[in-house]
Amino acid sequence: MSDVHGSGKFLVGIFDDDDVVLAAVKEVKNAGVRIHEVYSPFPIHGLDVALGHPRSRLGIAAFMFALSGTITALTLTFYTESFDWPMIVGGKDSYSPVVYVPVIFELTVLFCALGMVGTFIVSNGMGPTVKPLMYDLRTTDNKFAMAIDLSKNNIGESDIEQILKKSGAAEVNVKQF
Amino acid sequence: MSHVTAAVRTPLVTGGKTYADVTEDISKQVEGNPTREWTIAFTIAVIVLIYGAACVFWTWWEGLGVWGLNKTVGWAWDITNFVWWVGIGHAGTLISAILLLFRQKWRTAVNRAAEAMTIFAVLCAASFILMHMGRPWMALWALPLPNTFGSLWVNFKSPLVWDVFAISTYFTVSLVFWYMGLIPDLATIRDRAKSKVSRYIYGAFSLGWNGSAKTWARYEYMSLILAGLSTPLVLSVHTIVSMDFATSVIPGWHTTIFPPYFVAGAIFSGFAMVQNLVLIIRVVYKLEDYITIEHIESMNKVITLTGSIVGVAYLTEFFIAWYSGVEFESYAFINRATGPYWWAYWAMMTCNVITPQLFWSRAIRRSIVWTFVLSVVVNIGMWFERFVIIVTSLHRDYLPSSWAMFHPTLFDISDYIFSFGFFFTLFLLFSKFLPVVNMAEVKTIIKSSSEKLPISVSGVAKGERVANPTFNKDVE
Repeated sequence: MSDVHGSGKFLVGIFDDDDVVLAAVKEVKNAGVRIHEVYSPFPIHGLDVALGHPRSRLGIAAFMFALSGTITALTLTFYTESFDWPMIVGGKDSYSPVVYVPVIFELTVLFCALGMVGTFIVSNGMGPTVKPLMYDLRTTDNKFAMAIDLSKNNIGESDIEQILKKSGAAEVNVKQF
Repeated sequence: MSHVTAAVRTPLVTGGKTYADVTEDISKQVEGNPTREWTIAFTIAVIVLIYGAACVFWTWWEGLGVWGLNKTVGWAWDITNFVWWVGIGHAGTLISAILLLFRQKWRTAVNRAAEAMTIFAVLCAASFILMHMGRPWMALWALPLPNTFGSLWVNFKSPLVWDVFAISTYFTVSLVFWYMGLIPDLATIRDRAKSKVSRYIYGAFSLGWNGSAKTWARYEYMSLILAGLSTPLVLSVHTIVSMDFATSVIPGWHTTIFPPYFVAGAIFSGFAMVQNLVLIIRVVYKLEDYITIEHIESMNKVITLTGSIVGVAYLTEFFIAWYSGVEFESYAFINRATGPYWWAYWAMMTCNVITPQLFWSRAIRRSIVWTFVLSVVVNIGMWFERFVIIVTSLHRDYLPSSWAMFHPTLFDISDYIFSFGFFFTLFLLFSKFLPVVNMAEVKTIIKSSSEKLPISVSGVAKGERVANPTFNKDVE
């Protein structure tokens, strides 16, 4: 959360094109500048890898939630139909797992989807009252912003500005939070 | 980023749109005042809704006796309408989930509207479940909740209980999928908003989205898993709906062909409804550059395929009824085609099997008028399919002494009209206050699938930015 929402003084390079910004990430990194984060109006494939972000573990969370759904459904059907009030309906035994496959499947999907989306929202620090730190309002429209935290870089501000411009930034702004 | 596309591919976005154009073209209908057409349409929808709601209220107040049901035909328009709406609700998630897994780029322009349609259609379907309970305040009995009757639980062996789980899961997951897809676009509108109120409302709903690379990477990962979950889910829903019939012993219902046949029929009618809605949206909101004839043709191909599957299923059913040697089964089918409800059977056959075959002609497939008319015809046919399955199987089963006819009353018809008012009220609200096309997703396909004009997508003239070799290689 803190890595997404920074504080302090930032240098923001504004790019016009997704391919330019992707190439610029490599160039800026090679020049020895630490990039805080890149903001874009749509997903750019390979950008997270170029920035060195670790692979998301949402898949693991999704699997765990799915498993909890399966276990809940198994417990629910087993407890109600064979333990609490055993009943034979349609000649089927009081516990015939095949008949419960639809319920088990649906609860697995439901738990997985809700759990994963919840994890996504929490891990991004998102919520209805969250005010996002926007480095440039145009990044939800047509611009791509590369934010550089000046306090985390030893290179001077004007040098970083030069590096950003050289790598294709159309403008470089200062943003203070 | 595969930005090199074969020249033979027809563009999915025409008019040489830039990223900024996408934002502008789609956001402006959210930001402007409602148009006259919208206001008129919305007023009509609300009037229909109020009339329908009054009739539904009367149905509950007076009891289900106001419907044309009798002790032989205990399900008729209620379940016909329920299955019809659930079927329509299949296209949205199919487009956004299955076509995402198949990497079909044309889905990006229509998935938002189709998913909205799905959610509203499932709500309409659920309203018939509540209606046919007669006492809707007891709907909670369908859930496995501890209650005051001792250890009384729902019967998990019943397909009706499976249906409760399937429909509610489908509704919830579709809603979540749709909302997650909306978040980046809501943030776009938040950042463009001029008034404080809309900045606050869209800001709250966009959950503080900032579009960072890390968020996007997680977002894409999540979308992929949601698509993977929704794909079996969408197939399971109509499978389970079909089991409401298939697990019974009524002639004409008790068949193993039902699940695949119902799923194909659902996709068939769902796509037809998407066509009707999208054809109107693209004209009213001037989105012809985003929802092109290519999109319409692709959907017509799906309609032709699923319509043909449905046709094969009808013939198979008929053949098996004869081949099985079961006289009740054979009679059920002969009665469908030649009995007192022959007209419903032949309306179904004509609308679902014969007319959609016109889409084999490229000219018809690419004609807007033909598409619109045939899509309406498909949905009429699919309504009759459910009516035929439900009513003709029930009205004459094993005991000739109990044979009866079903005649709809004013309340059968009005409660159906209610669902149209409900659906269109919701859909019109959606189309005014939310972006009808997924802007973020359309922007991702613009480089690969846009009509090439001498301006690059970022609005920079070609040849500029020579300083960056990657850029030139990928775009040219």
